[in-house]
Amino acid sequence: MLKMAGVSYSYHKNRPIITNLDLEIEAGKITTIAGPNGCGKSTVLKLASRMLIPQTGEIILGDKNLSHMSKRAVAREVSILFQNSQIPDMTALRAVMAARYPYQSSFSGYTKEEKEISECAMELTGCKEFGRKNMAELSGGERQRVFLAMIYNQDTPLILLDEPTTYLDIHVTYEIMELIGSLNKNQKKTIVMVLHDLNLALQYSDSLILMNHGSIFNIHTPGDNCILESIKALFGVEVRNFRDNHNSFYCFAQSADNDIGI
Amino acid sequence: MFTFLKFSVASDKKSLLFLMISFASLIVSALLGLFSGASFIPPSVIFEVLFSGRTQDPVYRIFMTVRLPRVLGALLAGSGLAVSGSILQTVFHNPLASPNIIGVNAGAGLFVLISSILFPGARDLVPFAAFLGALLASVLILLIAMTNRMSQLLLILSGFVINSLFTAGMNAVLILFPDAYVGAGNFLAGGLSGVTTDRLIYPTFGILGGILLSFCCAKELNHLGLGAERASALGMNVPVIRCLAIAIAAALAGGAVSFAGLIGFVGLIIPHGVKLLIGTDNRIVLPGSALLGGMFVILCDLFARTIFIPYELPVGILLSVVGCPFFLYLILKNRNRRDMEC
Repeated sequence: MLKMAGVSYSYHKNRPIITNLDLEIEAGKITTIAGPNGCGKSTVLKLASRMLIPQTGEIILGDKNLSHMSKRAVAREVSILFQNSQIPDMTALRAVMAARYPYQSSFSGYTKEEKEISECAMELTGCKEFGRKNMAELSGGERQRVFLAMIYNQDTPLILLDEPTTYLDIHVTYEIMELIGSLNKNQKKTIVMVLHDLNLALQYSDSLILMNHGSIFNIHTPGDNCILESIKALFGVEVRNFRDNHNSFYCFAQSADNDIGI
Repeated sequence: MFTFLKFSVASDKKSLLFLMISFASLIVSALLGLFSGASFIPPSVIFEVLFSGRTQDPVYRIFMTVRLPRVLGALLAGSGLAVSGSILQTVFHNPLASPNIIGVNAGAGLFVLISSILFPGARDLVPFAAFLGALLASVLILLIAMTNRMSQLLLILSGFVINSLFTAGMNAVLILFPDAYVGAGNFLAGGLSGVTTDRLIYPTFGILGGILLSFCCAKELNHLGLGAERASALGMNVPVIRCLAIAIAAALAGGAVSFAGLIGFVGLIIPHGVKLLIGTDNRIVLPGSALLGGMFVILCDLFARTIFIPYELPVGILLSVVGCPFFLYLILKNRNRRDMEC
């Protein structure tokens, strides 16, 4: 689906954030990228959505080079949910309808179908009842639902989510994760997300990419036996695994042999 | 002009009703402005004189040389500045961005004064100089806003700095060349007393064209309201739309300043008032601002020339006197809503 080969990117000279990254995202899967702060996870998503153009290497989406595609063409293939960005100054319904932009010709209005599709997206994500409210009046969880409705409405095969559950309470977190799971299962979308919560990452992903210093540290499927060793090595924490009948739970604690030195 | 309204998303009827009421009140205030003034002239007398073609009749001369240009000027200045303010608020994602606060008006003013020194006779140049000054100020702000991702407060502070810079420039010009601009006091406060029809020709094209263009960009402006990053991820060419919007805002503000001087506050309170009444959809906010901005300045100008007969206030002073309490009222009434947050 998406392939990065030898990709490098730096915001400032001499301080590369991504160095010589090779990565392949499988279609129809949920892939999670995790890693320490500042390791370049969000940058990978921005590169994959053509928000940033790689300075070396190339990114292939399907069979096309991403840098050669127009912005609008990319927006029909890839959608992205940003981490804590500006709150739109508009009603939820209008924000959701705006996500149809890549399919519209310039300066045209909305058709009746588009309005119906948008309302359907809001229904699926459970934000129909506050469609008329301004985005700024919504709670964090409600707002995130609206952003997900925008993703539904943009209707792209590849979906990128940058920390979709940050700042949400645990109940809403699981609701959002279930919505993301259903996007993958029912709508057959390929999902790549950045998560800090490793429990969620291990529960919901088909593949876990661990990054460090702008390159791949290790790639695992959650069933791997050595996955906990990788996490331990990368983050410098102890990991314990508990099981009940259905699920695995993980517990993280400060590593004994890695004094953080407070 | 109204085709873009057909697709308005929420509360179609409410928005349409709002625009119709605004339009009606604009017409009523324009008629009031034409008929009343230092002396009230009944409509019947005006029509009789106009149709009989008695060009030497004092009523005819009052109407054609004083009333008509003033009402037209007030309409153009009010609509232009209000739409300019709406655009700037969206482009900068900032509720305080308005042409008089971030230095767009001051930039236009400085260039008007400079052009009147360099080319004292060339009055036709004034609107173009004003446009250039307004454009310079708005591009400066845009560059500042784009070079680093700054907070809304910092953006407004930079606007204040640019505003003070251009204002200092204007004061310097007026001190060094006291005769540079006849009626400079009126120009600085913002007034319509010297407006004549021939001075309105170029600004009319600029302002009407700008308003129509802004209506065409209303949807794009709405998408900018999602935040630049999100709009860009939806495939919009954000830099192009931003620059286009800034150029339109500069044409509107420059056009208004070129004949009305530094009229303040319209560009701030009218967009806010419209947004509080009808929401933030630019397809409604832009025409609403044009209608109500024109109405507001026409009414204020009417009061400015009637309350202290035979003396006349520059309308800019009255706008501030009316505008400040109204604005405070809006802030206090809606302090729970985030519209006013900075």
